[in-house]
Amino acid sequence: MSGTFPTAEFSTADELTRVYERPPQPADPAGAGSLPRLLRGVPAAGDALELDRHLDVHGELPHERRRRRSAAAELIEQVERAGLRGRGGAGFPTGAKLRAVAARRGRPIVVVNAAEGEPASDKDRVLCQLAPHLMLDGAVAVAHALGAREAIVGVCESSSGAETLARAIAERGAGDGVQIELSTVPTGYVAGQESALVSHLNGGPALPTFTPPMPFEQGVRRRPTMLSNAETFANVALIARHGPDWFRALGTADQPGSTLVTLSGSLAAPAVYEIEYGTSLRALIDAAGGLLAPVRAVLLGGYAGTWVDGAALAELALSDAQLTRHGASLGAGVVALLSDAACPVAETARVTRWLAGESAGQCGPCVHGLGALAGTISELAAGVASHDAEQRVESLSRLVRRRGACAHPDGTARFALSAIEVFRDEFADHARHGACERCSAPAELPLPAHERVLPRSSGRARASSRAGARPRTLSGERAVR
Amino acid sequence: MSHRLRLNPIACEAHGMCAELLPERITLDEWGYPVLDDEPLDGAVLDHAKRAAAACPTFALLVERERERSRT
Repeated sequence: MSGTFPTAEFSTADELTRVYERPPQPADPAGAGSLPRLLRGVPAAGDALELDRHLDVHGELPHERRRRRSAAAELIEQVERAGLRGRGGAGFPTGAKLRAVAARRGRPIVVVNAAEGEPASDKDRVLCQLAPHLMLDGAVAVAHALGAREAIVGVCESSSGAETLARAIAERGAGDGVQIELSTVPTGYVAGQESALVSHLNGGPALPTFTPPMPFEQGVRRRPTMLSNAETFANVALIARHGPDWFRALGTADQPGSTLVTLSGSLAAPAVYEIEYGTSLRALIDAAGGLLAPVRAVLLGGYAGTWVDGAALAELALSDAQLTRHGASLGAGVVALLSDAACPVAETARVTRWLAGESAGQCGPCVHGLGALAGTISELAAGVASHDAEQRVESLSRLVRRRGACAHPDGTARFALSAIEVFRDEFADHARHGACERCSAPAELPLPAHERVLPRSSGRARASSRAGARPRTLSGERAVR
Repeated sequence: MSHRLRLNPIACEAHGMCAELLPERITLDEWGYPVLDDEPLDGAVLDHAKRAAAACPTFALLVERERERSRT
């Protein structure tokens, strides 16, 4: 995602390497309770942990499980006992997904999803750029366990991690017995959705498809496809090395382990941090050098996520069990702080317009519903909305839910609804008086530079949008080794 | 064996035939796209549902035998 942030805060290499360090405990010789895990040993300069250094830091991946029937069962059992959940946002148990793929007939394919389309998230890029081999180890371990011969890594074409990954794949040679391919994916919010990635890898457009069949049933080349987020695979590599008990030494019972979070906002050091699940937001903010401005609200889970009032900041702990009390979840690890210098209504309008523009243009309720949602919120922000505009936002949000091929309408509806709720006073003020003095403050929520102008009107613009909006990408550029 | 309606929202082009043929289970939103009732289909309703699915010009409406719901 490099280059897509209009703000400077993510751009310098040394900031990316900041991790929330917790030194090894004296009674913990294996270092199970220490951080970082995923970003352990990464060079301070922001370069990748190269293969020999990676092996020094993490050790060899256990290899004896290749080609044995019991091999699949062994790794799957370890991952299940570790309680690993997918790190792409949905939090599905990885062990159950592995089991589902293993139960299918046909030789599976492994797909590592590093096509991070969420503008407020930077963690997959950071993982690719700093610790590519841990993630590739995970793909190899899973491939061995499932009897797969190929693993494909899908990465955003605009990501600076793509180059690092290509180098890392070349560095490994063919020694693993698994062919690793890199596929660059067109940048887009929905391009990282799993069916969109499968479609892209099958030579189609990088747009969501009608499911089921789910990728685990019929994915790349119609084979059972073990597709998960890049960070999930990195964690599998740790579990394969150290076992489930080690893995559970950090985190909560429901969400064991550590995770990467992208912390943004008015902070001394906004960056990607590796934290233990359950870490208090306070501790994370302290690790980031503290706040530079009071926090009006916290966006958790990205632009498909939920706002929580800044008044609750002191009581927030970063685990889903804790956040659910505030109606939120951690999603793919986005924690975006909005300061009281920004106008939450203008920010909500700006992001909702962008989200509406990121619709793949395939499903009517998404095209029309998100367009209407963005239009209504923009009218509210400008003070030109009708008296029932807030109810209109609520009814539109309900109307679009579960009516797209992917969850983009659901996520956008969640974002808009929670904004209306948390920023009720500001919305009421805008409805009465129009734009406020903070509306012209610099934008705080990160959006890609290519912010699109909302192209939709009402009526039937669909046929054209479907045929021509996105170029049909045949294969992307693949670096095959 | 119970049946349910399912819509392929990518294929749907808002012709609205389904709501004409199965008003007891399908309404149209303000843009003309169908909103489905998620209740199981049985008896006469099932027959109407099958007719509505067959009449869909883009084959977007499906009547599916209930299987174990796929995980996401």
